Amino acid sequence: MRTFLTVLTGALFGTGIAMSGMANPAKVINFFDVAGSWDPSLAFVMGGAVIVTFIGYRLVLRRPKPVFEPTFDIPTNRTLDAKLLTGAATFGVGWGIAGFCPGGALPALGTLDSRVMVFVAALIAGMFVTRLLMNWATPRTQPAE
Amino acid sequence: METSFTPLASLGGGILIGCAAVCLMLLRGRIMGATGILSGAIWPASRYDWTWRAAMLAGMFAGPWIYFALTGALPEIEVPSATPLLIFGGLLVGVGVTLGSGCTSGHGVCGMARLSPRSFAATATFMLTTGLTVYVIRHVLGG
Repeated sequence: MRTFLTVLTGALFGTGIAMSGMANPAKVINFFDVAGSWDPSLAFVMGGAVIVTFIGYRLVLRRPKPVFEPTFDIPTNRTLDAKLLTGAATFGVGWGIAGFCPGGALPALGTLDSRVMVFVAALIAGMFVTRLLMNWATPRTQPAE
Repeated sequence: METSFTPLASLGGGILIGCAAVCLMLLRGRIMGATGILSGAIWPASRYDWTWRAAMLAGMFAGPWIYFALTGALPEIEVPSATPLLIFGGLLVGVGVTLGSGCTSGHGVCGMARLSPRSFAATATFMLTTGLTVYVIRHVLGG
């Protein structure tokens, strides 16, 4: 039941992405092309998603715990550091070049479109290399989980 | 490449994305970030940790087909960039979301909704660099 409802949650996300236009790089790039063929649609995606999540989280987080888990697992780090900002800046350059973000591309992978597969393969390669370098740069004194 | 303005479909899609984020928090107590879901599915911390991410991914892959069942067409996927650029962009996205601990869904939707200062900073940064990149490609290099 727990896994089934999680699959349904993923399907809700994937259907929202498909409907919103976030899986379409031409539309994503046009959102950012204010000086050219501007298409403001994606502001409505972000606006709708953030407002629903803002209200929903406030209701859900009143509960002592989630339905299927012992605790809520929410990031607690609040410090801005160079790693965060460098990463976000790099992500933006890649998003502007390719037009896919991870959340847009993963549902689109369901169509088996070869261009989406190429993007996701490159995305995973980038993640892999970065994880290797990060592990190498910060040797762990304790074993990983 | 022109695309048509679709405020209602985009708002509807955004609301569904928000509902999914709320459902994942209600059911599993987790932030719905595509980056974390993908990396945790490939490099899981534990078997239990893998299961919910794999379940989310399986559901996400079904999304375009649910859209097909509802509308009779798959979502449009138009890729303006040539394949080498698509690969280069994908690599940069992979590096960036790993260093920056998140992407549009994790920082842009969930993080902003919970008023995280890191997510506001990350979102402002990537929106700015995406906009600059598109400007340079379209209006400086003339792609």
